Amino acid sequence: MNSIDKSPVASTTPRIVVREAAAPRPRWQVLLIRPETVTLLLLVLATIVASHLSPFFADLGFILESSTYYIEFAIVALVLTLVIISGEIDLSPAAQMALSACLFGTAFKAGLPMPVAMGVSLLAGLVMGAFNGFLVTVLRLPSIIVTIGTLILYRGLAQVLAGDKSIGGFPGWFVGIDYRMVGIVPVPVLVFVAASLLLGLFLGITIYGRQIYQIGTSEIAAIHAGIRVRRIKMGLFIASGITSSIAGLMVASRLGSVRYDLASGAELTMVLIVMLGGTYIFGGRGSILGTFLAAWLLVIIATGMTVANIAINAQLTVMGLLLIVSIIATNAIYARSQR
Amino acid sequence: MLRRNLMLAAAFGAALFSGAAYAADPVSIVYIPKNTGNPYFDSIIKGFEDGCKKLGCEFTTVAPASAEATSQIPFVTAQIQRGVNVVAISPNSPDALNQVFDRARAKGTLILSVNSDLPGNETHRDAAILPVDFTKTGPSQVELLGKQIGYEGEIAILSATTDAPDQNVWIAAMKDSLEKDPKYAKMKLVTIAYGDDDPQKSTTETEALLANYPNLKGIISPTTVGVAAAAQVVETAKKADQVKVVGLGTPNQMRRFIENGTVEAFQLWSPYNQGLLAAHFAVGVKDGSIKNEAGTVFEVEGLGKVTVDENSVIKTQADLTTFDKANIADFNF
Repeated sequence: MNSIDKSPVASTTPRIVVREAAAPRPRWQVLLIRPETVTLLLLVLATIVASHLSPFFADLGFILESSTYYIEFAIVALVLTLVIISGEIDLSPAAQMALSACLFGTAFKAGLPMPVAMGVSLLAGLVMGAFNGFLVTVLRLPSIIVTIGTLILYRGLAQVLAGDKSIGGFPGWFVGIDYRMVGIVPVPVLVFVAASLLLGLFLGITIYGRQIYQIGTSEIAAIHAGIRVRRIKMGLFIASGITSSIAGLMVASRLGSVRYDLASGAELTMVLIVMLGGTYIFGGRGSILGTFLAAWLLVIIATGMTVANIAINAQLTVMGLLLIVSIIATNAIYARSQR
Repeated sequence: MLRRNLMLAAAFGAALFSGAAYAADPVSIVYIPKNTGNPYFDSIIKGFEDGCKKLGCEFTTVAPASAEATSQIPFVTAQIQRGVNVVAISPNSPDALNQVFDRARAKGTLILSVNSDLPGNETHRDAAILPVDFTKTGPSQVELLGKQIGYEGEIAILSATTDAPDQNVWIAAMKDSLEKDPKYAKMKLVTIAYGDDDPQKSTTETEALLANYPNLKGIISPTTVGVAAAAQVVETAKKADQVKVVGLGTPNQMRRFIENGTVEAFQLWSPYNQGLLAAHFAVGVKDGSIKNEAGTVFEVEGLGKVTVDENSVIKTQADLTTFDKANIADFNF
């Protein structure tokens, strides 16, 4: 970067980053020493351990069925990955899931047709995301504080709306998305795979993807380079809101009912998935592939320990240790090898 | 661990190849409480353990960390995969578990709802084992306090949260008894306070009751947190002779107040018996000796004759157990 600034005639030609100091690392080393590689290795290791823990684990149908309990969070984690790469964070998706699902339930109960009720839910996701985006990009408040605030606000509104009761009685075609199969693959898993491919391509090959990385690496530099930073961040928060409301509808379909405490505490699961996938918490680095692998890592670990009847406190300890290990590994790898 | 897995595997295999009726292997029961670390559910677990020791069933318990509506679902799925015969559960939600219960039952797993039912969704479980006839809770508490204050004077209720469904049902029944039964004509309900099942708030609320109603004769607190807090306040204020405290509490929480005379008597049911009864019922249904239908009567050692009511509801005991100086030493939960 400093090499460009010194060059006096660079203004007319496209800016090319030339690294003068060290020779490039061998390709195999760049590939091998990446956080995603660590995640993949952990995934393989976890699968082997889980198969040894319980004779009932190694059953693809069972693993896919169990994955539907985590896949909704994983879908949101894909968008959260983009938000974190851009240098921000969104802790409110779980609360957005609950509020948009409760709005959907209330609208349905009020007699609106299902498509309209679903539209209400998606619109709510858009508005909630835009509100987060407004506070972060227009009022320039730190996203961690803003989204902790809106996480409480949205959850509170959901409770005001739905009270202590669950809202259910949805039509049969809507209920049970996790039992709709294509072959042995439940529909939510297909949605997750499709969303991963789309977002992976978006982040990897589009100009917006590049710009998200640049914003996360240095926002000031991105602004000077003419990137519409605020617009992109606004877009990311809105995408997070809409994805949350889609995930909320998927939960509503899976459970056949909605409650204000739906997905409570799931913001931590989402952050855990993104961190396990090797996305750098300070922004600028990370990948959809990592988040995709991490989601399966979480599914394997949680399912493996549950089917082995391992006590929940031990499960939580393992998850906590994994999170810390993955953050340390990610940090160490990024400190060694620059992107 | 290994042994248990092997035995479960054997049970699973036997169920697959020979059908459950032929299986000589023990019935496997898993109990899923609302969440971990709650002494109330630990007492139910003890009942299951003792029942299974006697009957020779395999018993395991697993629980989620939080009592959120959906947290039990992965646990039920895992138990289906393990091929257990019976899943007993204290459900965190009246309807979020419907789908997974249906799946479990389609695979031949018996689903027992323990300690609370699934109102409106009873078709998704096989039977419900409930502690007591809840319609008697309110009137029984009014009678317990009335007896202590000579059926005369100002009384107050210290509840949990304003929207707790069970509390509100009991309070409505208390009001109903006070209004309709001439025996209670001289008892006057002055206020209902809400301690939110929080020890600190319950304490503050009780202190406010004592300050605002100097003629108060008694407090009914139908919640385990509230009754202990109220007893503590009355003890500290040295008003045990003036203000009587009754409510629903656990013996271990209230033992001190009974022994030092702050509280004369309180009530509850025995969670232990629910576990014991559920184990007997599950094994009986699985080996064919108990029919899961209304009117069936079966015998449980220590509990006597038990009847299956309409809708496969089984009540562990008809009336609340009253704990006082005479019997509290017999209970540990």
